[in-house]
Amino acid sequence: MFFLDHAWLVPLIPAVSFVIILFFGKRMPRGGAEVGIAAVGASFVLACGTLVQWINRVRDADNAHGLGAAIGAIGRSVGRLGAEGSAAQVLPVVHHVTWFENAGVKLTVGVQIDGLAAIVMFVVTLVSLLVHVYSLEYMRGDRRFTHFYAALSLFTASMLLLVVADNTLQMLVGWELVGLCSFMLIGHWWEEKPNSDAALKAFLTTRTGDIGLLVGVVMSYWLVERATGHGSFNILAVNQAAASSSVGHTLVMWTALAFLLAIIGKSGQFPLHTWLPDAMAGPTPVSALIHAATMVVAGVYLGARLYPIFWHGLSIGTPGHGGLNAMAVIGGITVIIGAALAFVQDDIKKVLAYSTISQLGYMVMALGVGAWTAAVFHLFTHAFFKADLFLGAGSVSHSGSHHSFDMKKDMGGLKKYMPQTFWTFAIGTLALAGIFPLAGFWSKDEILVNAGHNGYQAFVIVGLVGAFMTAAYMTRCVYLTFFGEYRGGAEHSEEHELADDDAHMALVGHDAGHDADHDKHIPGFGAHADDGHGHGPHESNRLLTGPLWVLSFFAVFAGLLNAPGILKFEKWFQPRVAFVDVNPAKFSVILAIVSVVIALLGIGASYAYYWLGAGPQRLTERNAMARAGKHLLVMKYYLDVLYTDIIVGSLKGAIANGVYWVNQNVIDNVLNYAGKGAIGLGKFTYEYIDQRGVDGVVNGLANVTGEAGGELRKVQTGRLQFYALILVLAVGLFALALWIFT
Amino acid sequence: MLLNQFLLLSAFLFCTGIYGVLTRKHTVLVLMSIELMLAAVNINLVAFGALHNSPTDPGRVIGQVFALFVLTIAAAEVGVGLAIVLLIYRNSHSADLDDAHALKG
Repeated sequence: MFFLDHAWLVPLIPAVSFVIILFFGKRMPRGGAEVGIAAVGASFVLACGTLVQWINRVRDADNAHGLGAAIGAIGRSVGRLGAEGSAAQVLPVVHHVTWFENAGVKLTVGVQIDGLAAIVMFVVTLVSLLVHVYSLEYMRGDRRFTHFYAALSLFTASMLLLVVADNTLQMLVGWELVGLCSFMLIGHWWEEKPNSDAALKAFLTTRTGDIGLLVGVVMSYWLVERATGHGSFNILAVNQAAASSSVGHTLVMWTALAFLLAIIGKSGQFPLHTWLPDAMAGPTPVSALIHAATMVVAGVYLGARLYPIFWHGLSIGTPGHGGLNAMAVIGGITVIIGAALAFVQDDIKKVLAYSTISQLGYMVMALGVGAWTAAVFHLFTHAFFKADLFLGAGSVSHSGSHHSFDMKKDMGGLKKYMPQTFWTFAIGTLALAGIFPLAGFWSKDEILVNAGHNGYQAFVIVGLVGAFMTAAYMTRCVYLTFFGEYRGGAEHSEEHELADDDAHMALVGHDAGHDADHDKHIPGFGAHADDGHGHGPHESNRLLTGPLWVLSFFAVFAGLLNAPGILKFEKWFQPRVAFVDVNPAKFSVILAIVSVVIALLGIGASYAYYWLGAGPQRLTERNAMARAGKHLLVMKYYLDVLYTDIIVGSLKGAIANGVYWVNQNVIDNVLNYAGKGAIGLGKFTYEYIDQRGVDGVVNGLANVTGEAGGELRKVQTGRLQFYALILVLAVGLFALALWIFT
Repeated sequence: MLLNQFLLLSAFLFCTGIYGVLTRKHTVLVLMSIELMLAAVNINLVAFGALHNSPTDPGRVIGQVFALFVLTIAAAEVGVGLAIVLLIYRNSHSADLDDAHALKG
């Protein structure tokens, strides 16, 4: 059980590596990257060991339990012993030390390894390792190469800290640290204003949600106090307390809503999702690691970790009100709006960002409809194919489109130049679209089956609509990037290319939807200074395609882990202690066929529209409704306007006016009266106290001192031996006095 | 125990030292007199230390240790004192104490 008991090493190693890179990285031959890769590699090995040992632990427990059940069955004629049919109890491996102690409250830091922690640890270390390797080439020659690797290490360490945490307080620490790393890495090229703006926006928006986490953590502490008499931040204790009958339902509900706010902020859920597309200003490997595979799923992880609170607080197990609860509704809305926004993006990374938002919506929705296993399973598979897609987009911009991410201006027809990138990207797309038998199919299907099974029919529809849209926008993205004519040389014949473009694309307000945020990959800016391959698209080298193929492998096969008949995922990773009874539904062949058909329809619709030129081309130019709809999407539902101009603007105005009024009427009056009073007091003080009282005393004192000095100076003869004589005589006098009086 | 004899010797030395400090005009002689006084003190300390020489007495070496400290301080004091004398001599071309009256009020 070495790995299970030493899981604390997993976050510790990257943390140490962070310090080493920060202080010594610049002196190393490869700028600290070698330390980062070695550290994350070590963490990955440890995480794999932990995963394997956890699976063995589950298997051993099940075998022992099976034996016990068999014995119980034999003895059933005598008495009803055991054999309840439930799965064996598998305790999480918990190790912690006291952090500090105050007034009898002991706060601990520690690791709690169970199936959920083990599998997420595996995902985080694997994707992080691949991104570390990928960045070697992608970030080559960057002016802050070392800092980049230091921040990646810190991010990995803090994400793992969050994952292994055994108490909510430690989760909070990890949560804030990953937010900080996200900020640092989004603003990696902070010299350009849009990048630092995006970093700030991401930080502040997620901070809004973090308030919810802080409130939730404190509330869950009191929840435990209410249930057991001793407050605690321990996750197991919190989960147990949520089910306790001595805790009022209202308290649990508010705790759940507070945590839900945290999830909304971190996992890019409606209405706080606006930061995630802007976060694409960071380097692409960062987008893959932080804003697709790991950090943004921290919210989902929190939801999965503290699931009993949501289960009881939002009454997930007993759907009322037509099967609506806050969590499922938020997730459902996010699925649809994220997917809709992905249609109007010209920036390949923004398409993927909105896709991520939409997929995170699936996960939150799954949690909301009681499909715990499906949510975590989707987290697991999504990490692989979305990181694959992001790294693929990075590879395209690195070698195919002069560091631009604009699909319409600088890409197109790249399939023949970059076959490896194309195929991995295509695999990722199919997996994301949910085509049988790739990873996304299994996890998305499981969400839908469970939503139906638990009585949330409305969300099955939402999921299917989302699946259609996902397939369609991803096909559009693949078309614009890899098919058609190469538009990369558009600097010379831009007019012609754009006109050609319009024939396919029913383009309105071409520039309106195009945020300039991403065109910062200006060659020579530093990021790719020694990109010596010259011009023209070409395949990326092995440091870029290697990680792509690894991720593609997982994108194809990871889903089989919980395919019907195998079902290892739920067996191994579903918590069995201090948890709710999440009973996954049986696989439904009909639903599977329906969802695949719908995904194929989505692909087909896009295919018809883009390849064959069928359908309502240029609809937005002819129809005012369609134009308005597109405009709404291009403006991102005006949410940014709402936040920055209306909410912040009105608050700023109101606060400023209020402050001005207070300034004019209250503070000025106070100051005026205070001033007049001060003048009067000053006069009085001057005439009576100062001139007569103080001056008299001071002058008198000075005179006395002067006269005394005049007398005393006669003693100071300046003759050393006279002083010595006085000294000796004085000591003699003291001795005499001592002798007389004792 | 011959404590009295030691104390008498010490008192004699001390008085000699005081006399020297008060009457000698030459700075170096004054310094030497101060050394005599310190030596007297040391004799006192060692004598009292020797008086408490039973093995169980926790204070049995304190006198000797103090004497060692005094020797150290005396060495430092002489070093500083001679440096001052040297400077006085350089400034006033005289080692006479009566000439060093800059502190006269």
